[in-house]
Amino acid sequence: MSARRRRRAAAEQEEEEEEEAAEAGSDKEVDLEERLCELDLRSDSDIPDVPPPTDSTPEILKRALSGLSARWKNWWIRGILSLAMISGFFLIIYLGSFMLMLLVLSIQVKCYHEIITIGYRVYHSYDLPWFRSLSWYFLLCVNYFFYGETVADYFATFVQRREQLQFLIRYHRFISFALYLTGFCMFVLSLVKKHYRLQFYMFAWTHVTLLITVTQSHLVIQNLFEGMIWFLVPISSVICNDITAYIFGFFFGRTPLIKLSPKKTWEGFIGGFFSTVIFGFIFSYFLAQHQYFVCPVEYNSETNRFVTECEPSELFQMKKYSVPPLLQAVLGWETVNMYPFQMHSFALSTFASLIGPFGGFFASGFKRAFKIKDFADTIPGHGGIMDRFDCQYLMATFVHVYITSFIRGPNPSKLLKQLLILQPEQQLSVYKTLKSHLVEKGILQPSLRG
Amino acid sequence: QESESENRLDGETASDSESKSEFGGSSPVPTSDDTPEVLNRALSNLSSRWKNWWVRGILTLAMITFFFIIIYLGPMVLMTIVMCVQIKCFHEIITIGYNVYHSYDLPWFRTLSWYFLLCVNYFFYGETVTDYFFTLVQREEPLRILSKYHRFISFALYLTGFCMFVLSLVKKHYRLQFYMFGWTHVTLLIVVTQSHLIIHNLFEGMIWFIVPISCVICNDIMAYMFGFFFGRTPLIKLSPKKTWEGFIGGFFSTVLFGLLLSYVMSGYRCFTCPVEFNNDTNSFTVDCEPSELFQLQEYNIPVVLQSVVGWKTVRMYPFQIHSIALSTFASLIGPFGGFFASGFKRAFKIKDFANTIPGHGGIMDRFDCQYLMATFVNVYIASFIRGPNPSKLIQQFLTLRPDQQLHIFNTLKAHLVDRGVLGSLEDA
Repeated sequence: MSARRRRRAAAEQEEEEEEEAAEAGSDKEVDLEERLCELDLRSDSDIPDVPPPTDSTPEILKRALSGLSARWKNWWIRGILSLAMISGFFLIIYLGSFMLMLLVLSIQVKCYHEIITIGYRVYHSYDLPWFRSLSWYFLLCVNYFFYGETVADYFATFVQRREQLQFLIRYHRFISFALYLTGFCMFVLSLVKKHYRLQFYMFAWTHVTLLITVTQSHLVIQNLFEGMIWFLVPISSVICNDITAYIFGFFFGRTPLIKLSPKKTWEGFIGGFFSTVIFGFIFSYFLAQHQYFVCPVEYNSETNRFVTECEPSELFQMKKYSVPPLLQAVLGWETVNMYPFQMHSFALSTFASLIGPFGGFFASGFKRAFKIKDFADTIPGHGGIMDRFDCQYLMATFVHVYITSFIRGPNPSKLLKQLLILQPEQQLSVYKTLKSHLVEKGILQPSLRG
Repeated sequence: QESESENRLDGETASDSESKSEFGGSSPVPTSDDTPEVLNRALSNLSSRWKNWWVRGILTLAMITFFFIIIYLGPMVLMTIVMCVQIKCFHEIITIGYNVYHSYDLPWFRTLSWYFLLCVNYFFYGETVTDYFFTLVQREEPLRILSKYHRFISFALYLTGFCMFVLSLVKKHYRLQFYMFGWTHVTLLIVVTQSHLIIHNLFEGMIWFIVPISCVICNDIMAYMFGFFFGRTPLIKLSPKKTWEGFIGGFFSTVLFGLLLSYVMSGYRCFTCPVEFNNDTNSFTVDCEPSELFQLQEYNIPVVLQSVVGWKTVRMYPFQIHSIALSTFASLIGPFGGFFASGFKRAFKIKDFANTIPGHGGIMDRFDCQYLMATFVNVYIASFIRGPNPSKLIQQFLTLRPDQQLHIFNTLKAHLVDRGVLGSLEDA
């Protein structure tokens, strides 16, 4: 380390000499002061610890637990807050889909805020011109774009009635692009001579954060519209995996899993996997029985509210499955009544246990890279919102891709909307193709009035 | 105060004070002179400034000629060229990242960057190919499966790369690796999405590919010439060579150029027709009935211009009106892409992105104004010109359940009867 410092000092000295020689004829806007502090980006050793987040535990809890030792006190705080969050979650579910959407949106905004704040602290960029406004502006633009795409699909009847909304929907992409461009041009105009690199870094940081948080949250909302069960089961599986892996690791943990997170163990990992799969099975069994969870969320234009009422699809109707001979001996049953959805829950739980933790490792690596203990100190004992949601990132995308690939086809109303925009000749040719297809399949009788 | 904060060796500052070159020098690494020996000898007795002019001029002509040849060779070759340009741009930007962060020795990072490029390209090409080569895909069994589960396969491929990244994190280099990960993703976002939008535009009709690109090139050249001859007032601190005279002169010349070029091109079917894949001949064809956009119409000249121009009406293609929008964007907003690239180069203290083209720099230097143009053209087409793709809609329709299909069919039929397009008793 000292050799490196010596080399760096020597390099700095060389640099200073070269700088003074070249200053006369150069057209670079480099200040002498700036040259004096070259940082070696190759190692993380120069980065100091960001000051630890302040303890925001409420006063009540502190008094109640003042008698316990620090370790158990931490356990209790975490436990109480976990229960509080889970109850909050149930409450919101009870309140309905619209509240859930709002919740997802607030979480997204808070996650974005946390990551951007970390970027500010890392780069000391509070004093950059416009940068805060630009970050929030980009968040607004991207949200507008995504919500516009979703809203147009699901609220089709609501939108058709209002003239201004029609215009906004028709030219939605163009308007979003124009808004984004304005932000882009403002960024270019805001570039300040000494801070180019910083500003580019923050620009990239903002975009990557948007990519992570905003796309995930919109996929979550799309999953939600597919049916609340597609929202609840994945999230619960991840939470269950978190908790059971922790518990198994606590009691049986011996072999470390990955250098990145020294607290994770193989025992916790495997124990968490099996418990999550079983939990997923049981939980989906209970949820699949209620229409409230199983039906796609639809917007009823007459009552102006969300309704979840439908004929449950095949996925949610009991079927008899033959138990494979291997398990017959173990379980003693020959057939079992299950919902087909429980097979899918198996895939979801597997993903949550095997790949979900990589999202956690990614976040751990990120925290180590930037030498922060937690993303923020929003939740006492747990850290920031991002700390709770780090394993969820990949899950939402996976569920969405899973649904579009294996479960549902394209959205019929969206398809219809697009058909109606076509030119009359195109509509006619499409009509003919469809008709011949339907007749071929026997769905349509080839009579005079089809 | 500023010097004090800059002198603090504790915090990480990404300010411009760090230099990246190996020898710690303050000057950027000069790009090696790539000019071919032939040119060097021919121009050896001219002064350095004119020599530079000549080299740039000759290379410009060479690139434009190359462009024409490629257009002549057809859409397939164009697609391949777009793909090669994309890969080269990606390579250039990633190499800058390596130079900035001295990250050649990071484990797996080169492999991972190229792997992500492959993944994202696979995803995008898969989506396009399925749309345009629909019948071909349906015929071949392996292709059909690949296209049905396309999103899932692409996601699985991406996830593998993500997990490999997490597993490759090395204790002392976390931050560096995260930077390179972010750098790779932003580069992919810029380079790969743009190139795919260009290919979408190309399939819409070669005129939608040629006119925007030519407008940007024309604006570049015209602004340079106007600035050279008349330039006086600087435009923006970021690029001291740009002037308001060049900007405004470039704007008007580009609009004029756009009008003329579209007039010439709208007459030929090979430019105006959408590119289609012919199943029988297994090749691309550009043959169709030109749409309304490409049929001459009479326009009344506004009274203001009548006295100037002396005509009452003028025959124009509707497409030329659109070309005004395209040229305006190319002249007014396109340069922001150039300023962005200039800012980027100053931020990382490089003179050019690479030294691929003698006299001009890297491929990215030539294409920096094109970034926004491709997206704009695509959004413009989607918003104002064409509707959804009918074959894609049919394809989606076929995956629906029978009751949904019937419902849509009946709604469409009622709609057509309503419009009078379909007679109520017709059994077409």
